[in-house]
Amino acid sequence: MIRLCGISAIIFVFGIFFFVFREGAPFLAKLDWSQFLFSPDWIPTSQTQPKYGVGALIVGTLSVTVLAMAIAVPFGLGAAVFVSEFCGKATKETLKIVIELLAAIPSVVWGFIGLCVLNPLIIQTFHTPIGVNMLNGAVLLALMSVPIMVSIGEDALKAVPDSYREAGLALGATRWQIVYRILLPAAKNGLLAAVLLGVGRAIGETMAVLMATGHSVRIPHSVFDPVRTLTATIAAELGETSKGSEHYQVLFLIGILLFSITFAVNLIADLAVRGVRKK
Amino acid sequence: MSCAVKKIEVKDLRLSYAHREVLHGVSFDIVPNEIFAVIGPAQSGKTSLLRCLNRTIDFCANAFVSGTVRVDGEDVRELRNVYELRRKVGMVAPLPVGLPLSIYDNVAFAPRCAGISARSELDGLVEKCLRQAALWDEVKDRLDSLGTKLSGGQQQRLTIARALSHAPEVLCLDEFSIAIDPVTTMRIEDVLKELRSQMTIVLVTNLTQQARRLADRTLFLYNGDVIEIGSNDVIFSGHPANRKTYEYVNGIFG
Repeated sequence: MIRLCGISAIIFVFGIFFFVFREGAPFLAKLDWSQFLFSPDWIPTSQTQPKYGVGALIVGTLSVTVLAMAIAVPFGLGAAVFVSEFCGKATKETLKIVIELLAAIPSVVWGFIGLCVLNPLIIQTFHTPIGVNMLNGAVLLALMSVPIMVSIGEDALKAVPDSYREAGLALGATRWQIVYRILLPAAKNGLLAAVLLGVGRAIGETMAVLMATGHSVRIPHSVFDPVRTLTATIAAELGETSKGSEHYQVLFLIGILLFSITFAVNLIADLAVRGVRKK
Repeated sequence: MSCAVKKIEVKDLRLSYAHREVLHGVSFDIVPNEIFAVIGPAQSGKTSLLRCLNRTIDFCANAFVSGTVRVDGEDVRELRNVYELRRKVGMVAPLPVGLPLSIYDNVAFAPRCAGISARSELDGLVEKCLRQAALWDEVKDRLDSLGTKLSGGQQQRLTIARALSHAPEVLCLDEFSIAIDPVTTMRIEDVLKELRSQMTIVLVTNLTQQARRLADRTLFLYNGDVIEIGSNDVIFSGHPANRKTYEYVNGIFG
């Protein structure tokens, strides 16, 4: 029984992969891979000549994710270090509760905040014509992935034995020197895991980016351009396609693509952690 | 001792954890370049006493200290720069704590914290400290491997090298031989004898024979009280002032 629980994870992963693949597979034969992956033309509903290029969507997903991580990683890891090393007990407990609350906000609420709060804020601050754009989505994703990074990162730092800290202090190191020279090297696996979980969350997130990024298919030229992501495309269009149509199948192919991207991220994470460990 | 200069001056030091007092007014002086041993059974406050000297006692949130500890005439509890004090008074813990860094980085840790970054200077320092701790020959080919992968005895010598790396004026050793074999212990004891020309050594030990071999003077601490303090000639003479001392060093009670 317990063995069944253990291997059920594998069964589920393969099951999901199988069904997604089965829906998308019939289109694989007809597919022009270079056009599919690199063309920015996504015109699936055209009566005469539909085009299925997800280049712009890939760029959209990656750009929003990268920007979100550029915001979230310094904040998340900084907060983790602060919570674990620098703040008092009362502050620590309060912060942890608040951060966990932050993690519990549903993504559609984040999307709502993006539309109603960040949108006018961005328009006012940067004098851009629209506020639902890459920056908006990235800020939301950053806010959503920071709680994960903080709690996993804090766990990683907490796992560093106190004797290391004491040994460092006994050698005349300041608290910052301990953070830089002992804790970060000692906890780097855990911190890397924290960052990559954040990345995973950001890539997979759908609702918030659907609402906040502007949802227009194009390759962005600045952070104020609206973009559309892979996930948002599936969410927005799958309901409008007829089952088994080309469009339907391509959306499942996008699903496979997303699957591959997250798989690659996880694989890289695993290799990185292992590489780090070996040294 | 007739020597007028005092390296460390401890007066009526009392220490409690929460409300339990573990040191009941300890007083003693240590003069420069002597090896000063502290002996006594477990739980008598030896480690706590050491930790008061370089204020690593600060890490215990519930510790309360009264009385004075002066290093070079300065009260350590009124110091501004506690980091400098800890570099001046080095500490070797009973169980080696290899930082999760390479052997090289372990030894270079304190100098780097003190602001030395020139590679050539660090190289020299690392080699010198590892040689002093009688470890150089065993690790010189693998300075880049993790310090935590060394054997227990090697790690202990690594912590000694690390403690020497910030050129302390006082070196405190807390039962350094607890995790290492007798041969290595003897090697380190030889090292300590050489080091005494450069620094003052405070040696906390469970082994009365070790105190006898190494120290100039010995303090017998029992349940937080100083029972006797005197030169080794007296303490180990067979007729020290206090009967308890005699019984302890001769293994009659303990």
